Amino acid sequence: MKQLLILSGKGGTGKTTIASAFIKLSNAKAYADCDVDAPNLHLIMDQPFKPVKTDYYGLPKAEINTGLCTKCDQCRQNCRFDAIKAGTHYTVDYYACEGCGVCEAICPAKAVSLKPAIAGKLMLYTGDSVFSTATLKMGSGTSGMLVAEVKKQMKRAASDTELAIIDGSPGIGCPVIASLSGADMVLIVAEPSVSGISDMKRIVETAEKFQMKMAVCVNKFDTNIENTKEIELFCEKYKLPFTGRIPFDPEAIKAINNALSIIDIDCAAGKAVKEVFNKTIKILST
Amino acid sequence: MKIAVLSGKGGTGKTLASVNLAAAAGRSTYIDCDVEEPNGHLFFKPGDIKYERITIKIPFVDDRLCNGCRKCVDFCVFNALAYVNGRLKVFDDICHSCGGCVLFCPEKALSEKEKDVGQIQKGVSENVTVITGILNTGEASGIPIIKKLLNDADKALEPVFIDCPPGSACIAMESIKDADYCILIAEPTLFGVHNLNMVYELVRLFDKPHGVVLNKCLEGENPAEKFCMEKGIKIIGRIPFDSELGILNSNALIAARKDKKYRDMFSSLLQIVTKEAQNETVINP
Repeated sequence: MKQLLILSGKGGTGKTTIASAFIKLSNAKAYADCDVDAPNLHLIMDQPFKPVKTDYYGLPKAEINTGLCTKCDQCRQNCRFDAIKAGTHYTVDYYACEGCGVCEAICPAKAVSLKPAIAGKLMLYTGDSVFSTATLKMGSGTSGMLVAEVKKQMKRAASDTELAIIDGSPGIGCPVIASLSGADMVLIVAEPSVSGISDMKRIVETAEKFQMKMAVCVNKFDTNIENTKEIELFCEKYKLPFTGRIPFDPEAIKAINNALSIIDIDCAAGKAVKEVFNKTIKILST
Repeated sequence: MKIAVLSGKGGTGKTLASVNLAAAAGRSTYIDCDVEEPNGHLFFKPGDIKYERITIKIPFVDDRLCNGCRKCVDFCVFNALAYVNGRLKVFDDICHSCGGCVLFCPEKALSEKEKDVGQIQKGVSENVTVITGILNTGEASGIPIIKKLLNDADKALEPVFIDCPPGSACIAMESIKDADYCILIAEPTLFGVHNLNMVYELVRLFDKPHGVVLNKCLEGENPAEKFCMEKGIKIIGRIPFDSELGILNSNALIAARKDKKYRDMFSSLLQIVTKEAQNETVINP
């Protein structure tokens, strides 16, 4: 299976819009949404069947048995995450606790135990194709681990598929790094703004650390031609393949708001994305 | 007064709103908690910058003292330690700095060293203090940087505007913990609404006073506006879809400093936010 991962650094540049177009253009039999913090791909990839849902357990959370607690304060002093609060009773801040187990191990009264905690939900749609997605529970950490599960679930269900399209998350941190693992190529969707350029450079630098094959395209290119040219020059300078420009297109917004992909309707953005797709797939297969 | 600006979805206009609100406020502090992709400094171009290294503690092993008992390996739930070929190996990148391995090594073979994960830059732009957290590329977690930024927020000149990272996970949660008021920025798309719902649940979970600013408003139906009506969420402002504003913003210029009409727009938004936040403190002191 070849995995094409779509990333951007900056949010809102068009990852999901482009991912959904790529899925339809390639007729991909496997795809996944790794933006577990704010997943959206399911909104435009209509599924005929209900998904199989599984609870995702992140790391466990500490719990203090106040009956056994002697308030010796050892747990609080040794917790690096400030997750233990002193007071009439010692309590654990559920959201701050990372489940490392230091408090449990250090408690002389055996008052602390680690309890399994649901940190999200995995969803797997199978039918004509396999679609793996998940939502992280509000305020949870361990999003990187959930991303790894999303990809694992997809691979298990579609092991003999040739191509998988993966919609990534913004940023450069743990969910992005987790999505890079196992990917064969990254397509970076850049936006022609000063912020977009700065963020693109940071995601390129990150992907380079993991020796990823990369290509760049520009979305909404006509909102700032000068900045689009700067992105193209950057790609030339660093020998990054540039796979095309997609225009800003109010029709694209309408398509999305009607739960359609931009290639489902006749629009300028849809035409441009086809070209980006062809060039990108060529690079992926070489 | 600390005001957090957030949105589930990226690219809805968090930086646009927080930068311009701070500029409209005059003497104020802008803090960029989007440490993975900080952009506010590109707008403010602050001068007189002071740098601060942000480090975390990671273990290192004294091979002469390690007897291979593997207690640390068994303890580490993050799998950041392995004993291979007669030597203990530490995987720096996945260590969460809990300190457990050091604490429980019976041979005292482990101690801690500092590892750089990023930096904080503090500078001045006109009368706005600009504080930016920057995560090093390749690092997984920006939380230690955000924690430090928010510590600084306690000492900062108010009002403080906190530009949050996208999403509703731990990193966004950390950024709103100490806020007095949360501004949720929404764009009029199906995606925008879905992700607005996520941050809306987050601010409710933490019982934070909040209001929505609708960005990129076009003529016709606005799915985000509809959502707010249905849920009874207060809409505190509207920013029109405006190519002039778009160009200023894509060139990293501060609209409120460039044009009186934008200055007026953000000043009146600021007044509403201030009033809302103060009302809340009266009701929920």
